[in-house]
Amino acid sequence: MNATVTDAAYTTIIGLEVHTQLLTKSKLFCGCANRFGEEPNTLTCPVCIGMPGVMPVMNREAFRLAVRTGLALQGKIASFCKWDRKNYYYPDLPKGYQISQFDLPFCEGGHLEVEVEEGQAPSKVRLHRIHLEEDAGKSMHDESMGGRDSLVDLNRTGVPLLEIVTEPDIRSPEEAKAFLTELKLLLVYLGVSDCNMQEGSLRVDANVNLHLPGESGETIATPIVEIKNMNSFRAVERALHHEVVRQWEEWQATGKKKGEVPKQTRGWNDEAGETFAQREKEESSDYRYFPEPDLVPVTMTAEQIATAEAEVGELPQALRTRLQSEYELSAYDADVLVNQGKALVRYYLEVADACGDAKLVSNWLQQDIMRTLKERNITIEELPVSAPMLTELLKKVQSNELPRARARDVFAQMVETEASLEETMDAMGIKQVDAGALRELCQSLVDANPRIVEDVKGGKQQAVGALIGQAKKKDPNVNPGEVRKICLELIQAMGEDS
Amino acid sequence: MSSWIDLSANELLSQLEAGQVTSQEVVTAFLDRIHQVDPKVHAFLNLFAEEALQKASVVDERRKNGEKVGLLGGLPVAVKDVLCMKIGATTAGSKMLERFHSPYNATVIEKLEQADGIILGKTNMDEFAMGSSTENSAYNGTANPWDLERVPGGSSGGAAACVASQMAPLSLGTDTGGSIRQPAAFCGITGVKPTYGRVSRFGMIAFASSLDQIGPMTNSVEDAALLLEVIAGHDPSDATSLDRPVPNYREALKEPLKSFKLGLPKEIADFNPDPEIQKAVEAALEVYRETGATIEEISLPNLKYAVPTYYVIAPSEASSNLARYDSVHYGYRTDRKAMMAGLEEGDSPLVQMYSQSRAEGFGPEVKRRIMLGTFALSKGYYDAYYLKALKVRRLIRQDFDRAFEQVDAIIGPCTPKPAFKIGEKVSDPISMYLEDLFTVGANLSGNAAMSIPCGFTSENLPIGLQLQVPALEEERLFRIGHLYQQVTDWHQRRPSLG
Repeated sequence: MNATVTDAAYTTIIGLEVHTQLLTKSKLFCGCANRFGEEPNTLTCPVCIGMPGVMPVMNREAFRLAVRTGLALQGKIASFCKWDRKNYYYPDLPKGYQISQFDLPFCEGGHLEVEVEEGQAPSKVRLHRIHLEEDAGKSMHDESMGGRDSLVDLNRTGVPLLEIVTEPDIRSPEEAKAFLTELKLLLVYLGVSDCNMQEGSLRVDANVNLHLPGESGETIATPIVEIKNMNSFRAVERALHHEVVRQWEEWQATGKKKGEVPKQTRGWNDEAGETFAQREKEESSDYRYFPEPDLVPVTMTAEQIATAEAEVGELPQALRTRLQSEYELSAYDADVLVNQGKALVRYYLEVADACGDAKLVSNWLQQDIMRTLKERNITIEELPVSAPMLTELLKKVQSNELPRARARDVFAQMVETEASLEETMDAMGIKQVDAGALRELCQSLVDANPRIVEDVKGGKQQAVGALIGQAKKKDPNVNPGEVRKICLELIQAMGEDS
Repeated sequence: MSSWIDLSANELLSQLEAGQVTSQEVVTAFLDRIHQVDPKVHAFLNLFAEEALQKASVVDERRKNGEKVGLLGGLPVAVKDVLCMKIGATTAGSKMLERFHSPYNATVIEKLEQADGIILGKTNMDEFAMGSSTENSAYNGTANPWDLERVPGGSSGGAAACVASQMAPLSLGTDTGGSIRQPAAFCGITGVKPTYGRVSRFGMIAFASSLDQIGPMTNSVEDAALLLEVIAGHDPSDATSLDRPVPNYREALKEPLKSFKLGLPKEIADFNPDPEIQKAVEAALEVYRETGATIEEISLPNLKYAVPTYYVIAPSEASSNLARYDSVHYGYRTDRKAMMAGLEEGDSPLVQMYSQSRAEGFGPEVKRRIMLGTFALSKGYYDAYYLKALKVRRLIRQDFDRAFEQVDAIIGPCTPKPAFKIGEKVSDPISMYLEDLFTVGANLSGNAAMSIPCGFTSENLPIGLQLQVPALEEERLFRIGHLYQQVTDWHQRRPSLG
């Protein structure tokens, strides 16, 4: 067999390690603000910069958010967990150790259901464990190789960080991306993290290798490779694709199995679109973990866990199901709305409940509203048209008081001027056209356009569109559907006369 | 005027309160004494004469105006240089921190200041509190005031010597394996290691976090009760500090124990204490019998493992606690030019900076313990050393718990031998470690313990009697000790320093 990659040739085995910063006001073990983007080394105190004699004090809020995440991911919250020190030297780790959780994490197990392809049954990715730890600072090295000093920013030092480790359950780069997308959505729904990869509040490492069928039916595993510094979910997907092919080719070339070479860490070069060797794990440090003597273990009673459970709220998967069953939306529509985030769904539910036409509201959200949000780069909370305002507008559409196209103009105007529906309609001169006046208008148009009348009579029904255009010019408030209906009636009556 | 320096802290406080003397006069008397004898003893690393007199004048002024004055009412206090203070350098007896100026005050320093204690200066110590003779200080040793050719004990050697030689009526030491009690015994003063968690460690430069405690070193039990009352209590900045009310210890002294049981561990004899020490302890037992106490033999079967257990746990924690002294953010850093010039092909400048700075900044005993601890926590050795030591620690704690079911307090010699000659043990770390034989148990178990003077050897060297009580039973400890000091005068003897 030559070195081409066929589906049957191997199974891809992927496990992910996701680090996500928690959205707390202050850091994990001191009172410093947890904020991104401040001047370097301005969010620091003796505790987080590791001055002699300082001691950590656990931020209860961080632990609360961590537990909420564990529960949302169906993990088992430990009634007793402790802190450990992970010892290593690096300039952005001022204490010379990171406070983390080693053998007794606060959460074990759990899973997340992921839909890889539309219409296919979701796959279940099991979680190995979740633990809480403090983030390190940020080192900035001289990339120009000009030999300048490296700089260290300790604003990030001590920011609460969750490490979510999956089992090696993921079978394709696409599934990895789908998992990350769903995980991010869940974390954002929970309000525990903003998951901004550009700001580093979500970071992903991937472990990947291949399982191949051996000659006598056994499974052969290729060496596990850890891929680091991927800056987007797309990058994770691309890096994994590249790595799968690379490992397949390396297997073909060397025949080396897992255990025969040290575990390798590879970086991802997004521009070149390839992974590159960083270091062999064998030379990596022995972290000399031991229990952190400056902190007491954390205990969680059943009541405390129940309280945390109540704070979880409705999660994306449950919402999708509810939108389909209670609101009769398609799976696609439900997915689009839920993926827009909790605030948009809340907005949707409010309008849909008030209007009673779930599909109409869904269409409005997916078209005019989502486009407006995107164009203006604003969130649903910042949209000048609030849920009650949209409800008012759509009720006019439902009662045929406002033609749909006209309603869209009104919506656009409301966004623009931030005015109420009534003010906007007044300003646009929109009012209900009297039925008698409309009939008169249509009669005058039919009378004035004998050629169009002939065309319609000759079977070209669409010719009536020109009359609608003229009617709208004379009175923008007319309902095009009504005009069409009346004009056709009048023309038909003429035919009967002749 | 019989000198103010001859009075105990409580006596001085009465004189201050009665207006017989001002805080400025008291401070001046002790500063004069320091100038007179410290050149021989070398107990102080740093003096804050100006600040002390300034603060004393403020206290005097307040007292004169009838305003409220703190519990220490203008009494001078000396502070071991392991406690962080905003004024002066805080060196922990190390070259590593020669020019380290703490940006914050330790909690106990804040408490001293709130209680209107006048901090005279910082006292000498073994580097990072590692040692039993104060010879490991990077800033010369301290002499024993009873025999200037002998060590004062350690690591709180300066703190003990300054009280013994009447340079301060009160001082603060720290005790990780006996570092308050052993120097107190060697210098003939009263030294208390409070219950683990009774006094906040925030701002104490950590040696072994699960063992370290700050405690009073004074002329009498009564004075120790006064000082502990000031420094004890829960601190939100120290998660391991106990949230329990602080009793009025001095009031407790007024109600003597009626009948109580003292336990003498039979294992002490296995370690062959000096015969003169044995004799002094037996005499002390007789004193107690006469006051109505009963003496029982008890057993601490795992006592023989206390020193080996301690010398695994303490260095393990120390190896991590001292990792922060990496020369990156503060502290001693090796000369850059010389270091860069010495780099060989393939050397990392960062690693070289770490190792050279630490090699030059730490003394030999500190390095020895960092290596011991690093080894004990390393992969493949952790279970055999660190984990096993934790298990033995639990057994030792059980020994104490069992003993305290039987007796109210444990009594015995504080040290196996009296103060030794300067230089005698510097090249024999094991015999130095055995200094901790009788004291480490209290640190491993967390209970409270105290050394009080109980006699002198034929060479006129002080002998210390150790009393140990269960956790948070400091009131009982003080009552038992005070009872002894009411019927003996060993604690009132002073060395003649001319």
